[in-house]
Amino acid sequence: MTKIYYEITSNPSSIKLTDIPVLSYSEFQKTVDELMSVESNHCLNYFAFPLSDKYKFVCCIGDDETKKIIILSHEQPKTKDISLESITAKHFQFHVFEREIYENYGIYFSNHPWLKPIRYPFNRSNLENKISNYPFYSIDSEELHEVGVGPIHAGIIEPGYFRFICNGENVLHLEIHLGFQHRGIEQLFLEKQSVLQQTILAESIAGDTTIAHSIAYSLLAESLANKTISEELSIERTIALELERIAIHIGDTAALCTDVAYQLGQVINEALRTIIINTNQFWCGNRFGKGLIRTCGSHYPLTKEIIEIIKNNLNEVEQRYLQITDRIFTLPSVLARFETIGKVTKKQASMIGAVGIGARSSGLKRDTRWSHPFLQYDKINYEPIVLPKGDVWSRAMLRKMEVLKSVAIIKELLNKYDNEKIIDNPNYDLKFEPYFIAISMVEGWRGEICHTAITDNKGKIIHYKIKDPSLHNWMALALAVRGQEISDFPVCNKSYNLSYCGNDL
Amino acid sequence: MPLKEINILGKHGKQFVPDLEMVELTPLFRGRPIIGTNITEEEKNKVISLCPVNAINNSPFCIDMGKCLFCNECHFALPEKINFTNDYKIATNDRSKLIIQAGQDIPIKINPDKIRKEIKSFFKHALKLRQVSAAGDNSTEMELNAAGNVNFDMGRFGIEFVASPRHADGIVITGPISQNMAEPLQICYDAIPEPKLIILAGTDAISSGIFAGSKALNRSFLDKYNIDLYVPGNPPHPLTFINGVLNLMKNKK
Repeated sequence: MTKIYYEITSNPSSIKLTDIPVLSYSEFQKTVDELMSVESNHCLNYFAFPLSDKYKFVCCIGDDETKKIIILSHEQPKTKDISLESITAKHFQFHVFEREIYENYGIYFSNHPWLKPIRYPFNRSNLENKISNYPFYSIDSEELHEVGVGPIHAGIIEPGYFRFICNGENVLHLEIHLGFQHRGIEQLFLEKQSVLQQTILAESIAGDTTIAHSIAYSLLAESLANKTISEELSIERTIALELERIAIHIGDTAALCTDVAYQLGQVINEALRTIIINTNQFWCGNRFGKGLIRTCGSHYPLTKEIIEIIKNNLNEVEQRYLQITDRIFTLPSVLARFETIGKVTKKQASMIGAVGIGARSSGLKRDTRWSHPFLQYDKINYEPIVLPKGDVWSRAMLRKMEVLKSVAIIKELLNKYDNEKIIDNPNYDLKFEPYFIAISMVEGWRGEICHTAITDNKGKIIHYKIKDPSLHNWMALALAVRGQEISDFPVCNKSYNLSYCGNDL
Repeated sequence: MPLKEINILGKHGKQFVPDLEMVELTPLFRGRPIIGTNITEEEKNKVISLCPVNAINNSPFCIDMGKCLFCNECHFALPEKINFTNDYKIATNDRSKLIIQAGQDIPIKINPDKIRKEIKSFFKHALKLRQVSAAGDNSTEMELNAAGNVNFDMGRFGIEFVASPRHADGIVITGPISQNMAEPLQICYDAIPEPKLIILAGTDAISSGIFAGSKALNRSFLDKYNIDLYVPGNPPHPLTFINGVLNLMKNKK
């Protein structure tokens, strides 16, 4: 039997592009169908790109249990009016990937239930589609009304448009229309070929996920250039990633308190987040970790002094965070707004291919640190925290538990860290393998990040694909508010805290 | 029950920074750069080609903080000759003051001649701002939020972000301004009553940063109006923003 797909078992990985078998579309559909019937599988990425006179389609499917990534592909000649049968009709989590391919290249998917634009990129296939004219779903009824919010919101946050269809106070349907943040970042990865520029682009994909995205890029670039990094550098990156997780989870605990009018919870958590991001600033001069992650080395190796500061600040924050969260999670006025609100079931989460917080709070054991370990995670016996109920309470509680776990991980790693060893300076002079595909995955604080790059015969990147966890999870937010009162939207929204620019790219 | 709250408050202590103008940031914080005068042509070319955003130029040799991402790579290439100090007071209303030349080591100030007459006395005691993220990466947005939190509490000076442009005295723009945000930005600006300020926060807003040249941007809004304050940084520190706005309000030189 001929091989129908390629399996990789390490993260990050680089392979020859020609090693991926090319299937006919019907074979591809059949194989995807078989793979998706396994509960632990989900689609990491499915994208198309032009390659001479064809479009090449690459699909990566991750298995949560076996640590494998399955890569399969098909090709279509570049003709006008390409039409393929949609996979979404059977496996809903493909909806966003097929929509993206349709929007970018005009490749039509028949029987797709929701073939709508996702970000209105500047290089979309149909420039007649205008962002001001998004085709919202509507219901013709005198009993119902619509509520539109955005793109500019009341607070200092990124723009996006939410339209609710309501029956009185109850939400029947929410449609989320994004794209306002589109900066053409994937195209810039091709135009700016210097490794330093690309690193900085990765830092700017989503400013609240600076460290996770820049680690994803660095791992990918190092893999594509056949470089390995030292144990100490790997420990430093893991610590930085967990610090980012702690900072945002505490910040989101504050935001959740704001939305249920528990002001003490808000201000205390804001102050605690400040301590963590100031720890970052002490380490590398920037509160978000910009400048910290660099390919093959670091400008800011951990010193004895920084290690002491990290340890002290973590102890302080852990103690005070425990005190305030004990109060938050026993206060009836808070619990009434958290419990059973914004429920997403395990089945729904699985159908939409939810990742990260959105998956683990709905009973899905999905965590890249466990399923596809990178950096230090296979050495620390990391075990994900999973909560079954899928409501706002679960997502808030998950954050609390993950903060405590991250503190423990950092302490364990600091004990292992040998600060006598010299960390290399960064190396931007990387030569990428020609005609390769490289994949790296990182569990950011929101969830699974996946970067994919493809090189030409000279090792130049000709396609760069970024997947932020928000791409999957925006649909979870839309499902969470169904049947809820519209006044519960803010707290549902904060419980996910999804990225606009991570989606819009 | 309130006993528990009092307990928590006791443990929490006072968090606010008493004097926001006197804070000293950690030595590694990257603010205003100082360039040595003894840089050779070879070294100049080295850092000019290294800079990811063309913020370094020759003749005369200078660093443009409006373009700089404060990544510090030029310092690591020439550690003796280019240094970013922790001076975070780098906001000004004069774009040319953001360009730092070799040997220059003076604080960045407001240029009083450039403050528009109609706003000079208007906003001395209170300033309400509407923020618009136009493709900002969310880091500057988070720092602007932090400017109002318990630590920095700029509300004590009457500076506040408001929800409606109708209630605002000005607009704070973050991000390089995407084509897809160009129209909403214009609509929001038009809704603010006169006289009104425009503040650009973050390098992305001032010069589009690493996104310079992207075809997904539309910065034509900026060609139409006078910019009242530039707040450099990637992202700007809350203290850079607060001190910049305060100096503008008080017409401090």
